[in-house]
Formats: sequence, structure tokens, C-alpha cells
Amino acid sequence: MNLSDALEISSCTDPGIVRSHNEDSVAADPANGLVVLADGMGGYNAGEVASGMATTVIQAEVAQILGNVEPHLIDEKTNKVFAELILREQIRKANASIYQAAQAQSQYAGMGTTLVVCLFYDNRVMVGHLGDSRLYRLRDKKLKQVTRDHSLLQEQIDAGLITPEQAKTAAHKNLVTRALGIDPGVEPELHEYRTQPGDIFLLCSDGLCDMVSDEDIALTLKALGRHLNLATQQLVQMANDNGGRDNVSVILVRVLREYPAARGVVGKFFAWLK
Amino acid sequence: MAKLILSMDGLVLKEIPLSKERTTIGRKPSNDIQIDNLAVSGEHAVIVTIMSDSFLEDLGSTNGTIVNGNPVKKHFLQNNDVIELGKYKLKFLAEPGVQAAASAADFEKTMVLRPSAMKAAVDQARAAAPSGGPQQADKARAAAVQQAAGAAASAGTAAKESKAPAPAAAPTGGAAHATASPAPTGAAPAVAPAGAPPAAAPAEAPAPRPAQLLGAIQILSGSNAGKALELVKPLTTLGKPGVQVAVLTRRPQGYYITHVEGANQPSVNGQSIGSAPHALKDHDVIELAGVKMEFFVKG
Repeated sequence: MNLSDALEISSCTDPGIVRSHNEDSVAADPANGLVVLADGMGGYNAGEVASGMATTVIQAEVAQILGNVEPHLIDEKTNKVFAELILREQIRKANASIYQAAQAQSQYAGMGTTLVVCLFYDNRVMVGHLGDSRLYRLRDKKLKQVTRDHSLLQEQIDAGLITPEQAKTAAHKNLVTRALGIDPGVEPELHEYRTQPGDIFLLCSDGLCDMVSDEDIALTLKALGRHLNLATQQLVQMANDNGGRDNVSVILVRVLREYPAARGVVGKFFAWLK
Repeated sequence: MAKLILSMDGLVLKEIPLSKERTTIGRKPSNDIQIDNLAVSGEHAVIVTIMSDSFLEDLGSTNGTIVNGNPVKKHFLQNNDVIELGKYKLKFLAEPGVQAAASAADFEKTMVLRPSAMKAAVDQARAAAPSGGPQQADKARAAAVQQAAGAAASAGTAAKESKAPAPAAAPTGGAAHATASPAPTGAAPAVAPAGAPPAAAPAEAPAPRPAQLLGAIQILSGSNAGKALELVKPLTTLGKPGVQVAVLTRRPQGYYITHVEGANQPSVNGQSIGSAPHALKDHDVIELAGVKMEFFVKG
């Protein structure tokens, strides 16, 4: 099922003001309803390599599998929706590729990347993430952070050691507790959400949410949500205007209409007509 | 930048900044630091400097390399370490301020805290909690994290001989102890990427926004004529949805107007602004969806 007329997608990645190169990577496949954002880490250019591998591997592999499997169906063996199985498996594959490259080549040793990936299907979205790259959702003019960072800071907030207010100025903001490519195995966090026409999903690297307040992000999406390209540019520009201390990456996805999966022979016939 | 002070019998001979990633030491003239003494091997040792961390490695020299009286193969150099090569001494002086605070750009780089280190940090926090309460626990945890980060930085490059604090530090009774307890043996790398600087410094508060001029709009025509609107937010939308909409963005360098929707672009002082953002000057007159308004700077 081609989702390119159900979803509007806009993405932008920028090195920021301070950093000389961009270790973030973004990828979007509107037809398959897939968007991927990764924020790489590691010396020299290893960060770019890790994030680039993550987005490329996941995009290519998921596209290939979606040619054969319908994501909304439920796997009889695991009783889980295929979308979840597909993402989990491809995230593992990307992890293995990055980990092996890091092991094989000394200049890539220790490289890794955060990840946030969304697969849209059947009026739903499957969200996978690792680390501190985030997904937000704007619905009914309210911005909500959908993912919870895998970071030391988030764990401290959860444990009640610090307040979210204190977190804004806290130390070791940069320590993530899960990432892709660091260990031979990986456990991505995956959740499914229902979508509604009019929803705007924002995937971003910490270069955006560290530099721009949630209020300003919400304001931008509300004001420019009907013009996604302007909104992505505005978000990146605000991060840079506020200092641009890190690479900034943004993907916006707007749900234009319902996109139920074609069910049964008749539904499939109509889907085929479209 | 870190530097070495070369001396012999208490006499300072030379000051050498560690400006290169690899600084070689030996008797041959090809070395960066040449020490013409028979006790020094042709290629004696090398100092690898990554970001603000320097690591000394003996290159299989005949008489060995001694740091602070102990022979070493690999060593994570700390401020005031003294390297001995025969009769010569090289004192290592770290970059001032580096040990207290890595530069902002460096420590903001994302690093992974791996579960093994995480567990150690949590354990330490717990150990500290009964005696010191949550704040102490937090400190202990932060200290543990710093240790983990520091250990990884050294362990990654300096390998197992590293004597840097390890995440698996001895059990601790309190926060103060946690910061001071060096690990007895080899540090397992806990944080990636290897070689990244310790994330020891507290993060700076978000950069305060530079003092920005405050601008405002006064409506000149139509039913709302005379009304004024202060442009406090980073962006303000103007116009009628479906007809013509523009957005005014507030940036450090001033205000900009950008066309958002509508068949026609808004005009400033009678000129259409086109599709690119247009910088506004004091007393510019904007015309949008049939309404004239004046932009002015309130100071």
C-alpha cells in the first residue's frame, strides 16, 4: 500500500554552528511510511558512518520486507503485529552491521548511534527508539513527547533524584544508556500508537530539543504545521539562533488522511485501483 | 594545550607543547623529541594525544620508561606526572582547566553509558543513599558516572595497564569516598566512544538568548486600525488562513517576515517580498491580506 498521499514528510539535517561536521543522518520512504533519524557518536568521522549505516540499512531492509509482508497482520507464532517484528529485526541487523564494522576497523572502534524510527501503517504508527533522539506528536494543538530518552538524565528524573527543571542545566546530559552498534546485541524500545488525520509527528536529534524549548517547538508546529518545509527550516533555524551547539536534525510527518490497511479481497481490489 | 618540560639534573632544557596526535621520543633525529643519550633507545616512547587526554606508550625500549618511579608500558598521563628516560626527566603538565572542565563542545558529545557502568553507578548511589539522602546519592551517582567516563577514556586507548579510576570501584560508604576511590586494577571500558574526554564537568546552563530588540506591529488600516501587537514570541503568524498568511520570526539579528500561504506574497513598503525571508527595518509598512500595518522597534 502506497502511503505517499496519506503522509506529508519533510526532513532537514544541519551541522549546527559549532560542529564542523554532521554526525546525524535522516532517511524517509514516503511510499512505505517509514522515517528514520540517527545521531551518531564516535571519533573522527565514525559518528557519521554509524548513523549513516543505521538509516541506510533500516530503510533498505524494511522496504524490501514490506514488499512481501503486510505490517498490520499478526504473526501467529509470536502473536505480535508484523510491524513490530520487522522493526525489531531490522534494528538488530543495523546494530550487527555497525558493531561488526566497529570491531573490524580500528578507526571505527567504539562508534555507535542513537535511533528513532517510525513505521506508519493501518492508521497506526510503530515507533522504535534507542538513546536520546526523540519523537514528539502534535495533536489538538498540544505537543507531547512520545519517546522517553534512554539517558542517565531520564533515569535520574524517573528515580526522583532531580526535577525536569534541574535536568535542563544538569551535568552529563550527553550520556545515553542504550545505543545502536555498541554491543553485539540490542534491545530497542518499540511501541504502537494510533494516528489521526491532522497529527504531526516530529523526529529530532538532541541538537533540537537541547536548544529549543518544547513551547517554541509547539508554537512552530502550530503556526507552520500546514507548511512542513517551512516548519522544518524554522526549527533548525531556531536551534542555530539559540547557539546551534550540536548537529540538528528534524523529520516532520503530517497525517493527511486515514490510511486503513486493505482488508479482504474487495478492499485489496480498491487499494489496487488507487 | 598540554606540554612537557624536559630537564636534566634539575635544569630545565626545553618546553615541548603536545600539539600533535603522536609525539615520538627517542635518540634518533627523526623523533619529535630527540634525546641524544645512549640510555635512550632510538625509538623509545610515544605520547598519543586525543582531545585533552595524553597517553604514554613505551616502544619496547632497552632501558624502559619510568613514570613517577614505576616502569610502565602504557600510561594515561595525569598532570605533574614525571617521565624518566635515563638521566632525563619529562614533566607532563595538563592543559590548565582541562581536568576541571572539558570544553563545552567536547563534553556535549553524546556518549553511551553501558549497562555495566550503569550498574556500578546505581550501586554507588544506593550505597550512599542511606547515609546521605537523595542529594548525596545523586552526587555519588554523578561521581560514579564521571569515574566511568574517565575510566573509559583511559582504558580505551591505554589498555589494561591503565591505572585510572574504574567504574567497578571498591564499595563505598558515601559520596565523598566515591569521588576519591581509585580502582585497584584494570579498567574495563564502560563508556563509548573510547578516547572521548571525561564528561566530568557540569553542563553549562543553556546559552542565554542574546539581548534581542523587541519589535511590534501597529495596524494602520481596516477594522482593527490602531491596534498594536508586541512581537514577543519567536514567531507570530499574521493574516487570514486560506487567503494570505505570513509569519514574523524573531531572531538574534532582528525580525523577518516570510510568506506562508496565499496566491500573493505580502509586500513591504509597496514591494512584494517574494518567497524568501525578508528582514524588517524600523517603520517598514507591511501589507498583508488587504491590511496595512507598520513594524517598529520598541528598543
